Amino acid sequence: MISVRDVRKTFGDNTVLNGLDLEIPRGETLIIMGRSGCGKSVLLKVIAGLLAVDTGEVWIDGTEITTLKKKPLNQIRRKIGMLFQSAALFDSMSVAENIAFMLDQHTDLSEQDMRKIVEEKLKLVDLDGVQDLRPAQLSGGMRKRVGLARALAFNPEIILYDEPTTGLDPVTCTEINELIRDLNQQLKVTSIVVTHDMHSAFSVGTLMVMLHEGKQIAYGTPEEIINEDHPILQQFVLFGAPNQILNIDDPTLKEFTGRNDNGF
Amino acid sequence: MNNPPTETASSGEFSNILKNRLHYMLSEIGDAVSLLGETIYQIFRRPFQLNLLIKQLLLIGFNSLSVVLVSGFFTGMVLGVQGYVQLKPYAVEGSVAQFVSVSVVKELGPMITAFVLSGRIGASITAELSTMKVTEQIDALEVMGTNPVKYLVVPRFLACSIMLPTLTIFSTFAGIFGGFVAVVSLFGFNGYFYVLEVQKHLFVGSVLISLIKATSFGMAIAAVGCYKGFSISTAGGAEGVGIATTGSAVVSLITILVLDFVLNHILFNILGMI
Repeated sequence: MISVRDVRKTFGDNTVLNGLDLEIPRGETLIIMGRSGCGKSVLLKVIAGLLAVDTGEVWIDGTEITTLKKKPLNQIRRKIGMLFQSAALFDSMSVAENIAFMLDQHTDLSEQDMRKIVEEKLKLVDLDGVQDLRPAQLSGGMRKRVGLARALAFNPEIILYDEPTTGLDPVTCTEINELIRDLNQQLKVTSIVVTHDMHSAFSVGTLMVMLHEGKQIAYGTPEEIINEDHPILQQFVLFGAPNQILNIDDPTLKEFTGRNDNGF
Repeated sequence: MNNPPTETASSGEFSNILKNRLHYMLSEIGDAVSLLGETIYQIFRRPFQLNLLIKQLLLIGFNSLSVVLVSGFFTGMVLGVQGYVQLKPYAVEGSVAQFVSVSVVKELGPMITAFVLSGRIGASITAELSTMKVTEQIDALEVMGTNPVKYLVVPRFLACSIMLPTLTIFSTFAGIFGGFVAVVSLFGFNGYFYVLEVQKHLFVGSVLISLIKATSFGMAIAAVGCYKGFSISTAGGAEGVGIATTGSAVVSLITILVLDFVLNHILFNILGMI
């Protein structure tokens, strides 16, 4: 269970999170939506303990992390896997070394055991035979998959995804969405996905929250979010969600969003 | 009639700019000192990752050896030629070996090595760390429960502190040899006499001074390089990396010069070393 309570975060004069409250029950996949610069990625970094809050509390499994010192915070972080927007793979290491990094740093596992875990995690993300390649030799989609394999290496209870489909072609986006959904179902982890890709949001989310001006303006299941009448949320969802979710056959809606039957 | 208010406004503006600059400078110094403190603290904390240190030692030491030897050799040659030409009118050209060896050991050996490494290693440390910062690799390290200072800064700091004095020994020998080659080949100076003079004027204290200076320069280069790399914002992008790298080279050069003056004052004036 993750709980964000009255969190404020400012950068200079810019208030990014303005008294945000949020509850993420165990095992759910929460989608954080909002316009660019509304604080989605900042919130993710606050939950990961990468950014200090100005005021407020963040609780992970009964521990308040904003006041924790480095050592206990690092213990909590071992429960967390994070997929960064750019995948953030270490350039100087091979794919296998990237995935085994956390095992190498925090366990006494033998090379052989680590190699086995690397293979297992690569299989989970549908990749094989790339162990010895460098990140620079991988495509965007493969980098994201390797990033995800690295995030899974320590068997996390919580996975944070920062815009997992940004910069990918539509086919790879769909593959990554399916992968996230399958992993969440297989591993029963709590996931938080930051995205403004509505296809991705509706395809993987079990809960959704919309942020605006540093606060949540809507929270609920995808069905509840569709039926919310907040104008900013409606605008956001209507222009982004897939046709099958919005029932785009409605002629008024079709005219309003300017879409054709194919959803474009 | 409008001039006086404008002047008042611009002087107010000027004082604001000055205040902001001073505030920025002080906060930068504060951050740099805090990073240095954290680095020294982390040096003594487990785990000791020797493999990371060895990698940096090789990268800094082995890859810089040739350029340090060449720089030292030609510095010695220049000193030999200048020394001989300047001393000859006073008929004391025999002191050229003393002039070259003392200058190279106490001053130019550590200084030239530090200059070469600040451009080569300091800038490369900044470029590497700032690229890691903008591509979120440092955030990734933290999320995986690894302290970036322990993992990235400590090995570079230790490697620079160890390799700078080591390379200084090589550059000093190259410098003395460069002086020898210059005066023997160009002015027909007696080579045996040169070696004897060097031995006569090379004291343990002088070598100690050289090593103290070189170690301090090594620490300064690593500290500046790492601080500049870490201080870039994630949104800085490629432009930020470029600015940080240039800034690192400039700041470490100035730091080396200031540190050299401070060390000279402490070692020669206060402690009375020769």
